[in-house]
Amino acid sequence: MESLMFDIRHVSHTFEMEEGKEYEALSDISLTVKKGEFMAVIGTNGSGKSTLARHMNALLLPTRGDLLVEGMSVLKEENMWNIRQKVGMVFQNPDNQIVAAVVEEDVAFGPENLGVPPVQIRERVDHALERVGMTAYRKHSPAMLSGGQKQRVAIAGVLAMHPDCIVLDEPTAMLDPAGRKEVMTTVHDLNHQEGMTVILITHFMEEAVTADRIAVIQKGRLVMDGTPREIFRHVSELTDMGLDVPVPADLSYRLGNKGIPVRRDCMTDQELGDALCPLLLKK
Amino acid sequence: MSIVVEKVSYIYGGGTPYEKKALDQVSLEIHEGEFVGIIGHTGSGKSTLIQHLNGLLHPTSGTVSVNGVDLAEKSTEASAIRHKVGMVFQYPEHQLFEETVAKDIAFGPNNLHCLPDETERRVREAMKFVGLDYDTFAERSPFRLSGGQMRRVAIAGVIALHPDFLILDEPSAGLDPIGRREIFSQIRQWYKTGRFSVILVSHNMDDIARLATRLIVMNCGRAVLDGSPMDIFLHHRDILQQSGVDVPPLTKTLEYLQERGIRVPLAARETEEAAQALYDEWRTRGTC
Repeated sequence: MESLMFDIRHVSHTFEMEEGKEYEALSDISLTVKKGEFMAVIGTNGSGKSTLARHMNALLLPTRGDLLVEGMSVLKEENMWNIRQKVGMVFQNPDNQIVAAVVEEDVAFGPENLGVPPVQIRERVDHALERVGMTAYRKHSPAMLSGGQKQRVAIAGVLAMHPDCIVLDEPTAMLDPAGRKEVMTTVHDLNHQEGMTVILITHFMEEAVTADRIAVIQKGRLVMDGTPREIFRHVSELTDMGLDVPVPADLSYRLGNKGIPVRRDCMTDQELGDALCPLLLKK
Repeated sequence: MSIVVEKVSYIYGGGTPYEKKALDQVSLEIHEGEFVGIIGHTGSGKSTLIQHLNGLLHPTSGTVSVNGVDLAEKSTEASAIRHKVGMVFQYPEHQLFEETVAKDIAFGPNNLHCLPDETERRVREAMKFVGLDYDTFAERSPFRLSGGQMRRVAIAGVIALHPDFLILDEPSAGLDPIGRREIFSQIRQWYKTGRFSVILVSHNMDDIARLATRLIVMNCGRAVLDGSPMDIFLHHRDILQQSGVDVPPLTKTLEYLQERGIRVPLAARETEEAAQALYDEWRTRGTC
């Protein structure tokens, strides 16, 4: 049994620009992702993180290097459909991903195209909608849903394909705080309860901090890879790259720098409270 | 100079089964020199409200007037005054259409029948305003720029209209942290020039807390809170929660520390400000 979801081996991707110019969007990226892992990918606009995401289900192919999905190389054409079924993608704009006029028909679109028998489609659609908490809306028109609900329908559409992994490319960028919370809760539930592998591309550090692991991409290169605690202790490097850190990490880092003897890598409010209480409790 | 919204109600799809009251008896006044933040969840009525402020929508009942002119009137005065309220929509870069950056920004002034010299002056000025070098970018295609640059071109197109009020709907949506920082520091700088008042719609409470002088919270088509941002964040948590909006992350962390019994500067807007206060507190303890 293959335990690696992705084995990314020295992947580079070069785009052809106008006038024969070339642009290297990814340079020699090597990375492995285990099954059941929740990995966040952060980086500024144009860093290459979406390009990387599109390699994970063979929407783009490496110009150098190789990428294995559950041991299957994306470079072999016969693996293509298998890979795309194993790795589902969810994009930023919910309105661009929904094709049908009724929620459950939209979710059925994928399995129908796979040639799944109707009875099984019914089962898959019902189950997928249940897992994202949208069963009550199955007869609704997607147009009448909120942004967060639309993204959950998009996720259900992916789940109905029975993937082993979901890649989400800034799924919450267009949502309000309530919608953002809905989507993140859904994704975490899939990861915790079903062991779904999750790759989350995001600009929101408070989302990244909830992942098992974070990869930082800059100018097409993998510059950091580690747990949120390992990554977010590099406050000045991240800031220099144009990224943020979560408030507790930022605050504990600044306090440590000022000379207060506290750990500088608090990830949550609770950790920060635990660190500060012995020093600052009101008398 | 001011925008006066008086008892404005707006009903979408009146007389159909989908009839929905998007604004319900909203009254407020926005004065010259203010920096107003508007927050509220999706569907709270905030977009409907801002579309009334420059006459893109007319009230079902009530009036909106700018400098005393009712925007619903069909007079030339009313159409002229609408140009005084510039609107930057969400993802404004989707509205770019011209061959070059300069032509795209010139579209507005041309429609105002500015003479060519005046148009060029405005284009140069607007590009400088948004931090795009004229010689580098004027002749480039707007579609070959980065997302952040395209957005700045779109904003320059509105600034070239010389508005007195600038409305920005989620100007940082989809931008990375540095893009967000850049666009907001620029908005702050524009605001400081005193050339226009700013009305900012955002889900980013951090930015609202840092920039706005006044905050309006929308819920169910009503302005349920209207006051200083920090006062609202600190003293009206129940209404904020009902309205489905958050408080800034820093405020949330500081509130948690306070619950644990630590003395904190709850109203701090910047992390450094909070860190300094906590440090001072620690120092005082050490010496006594």
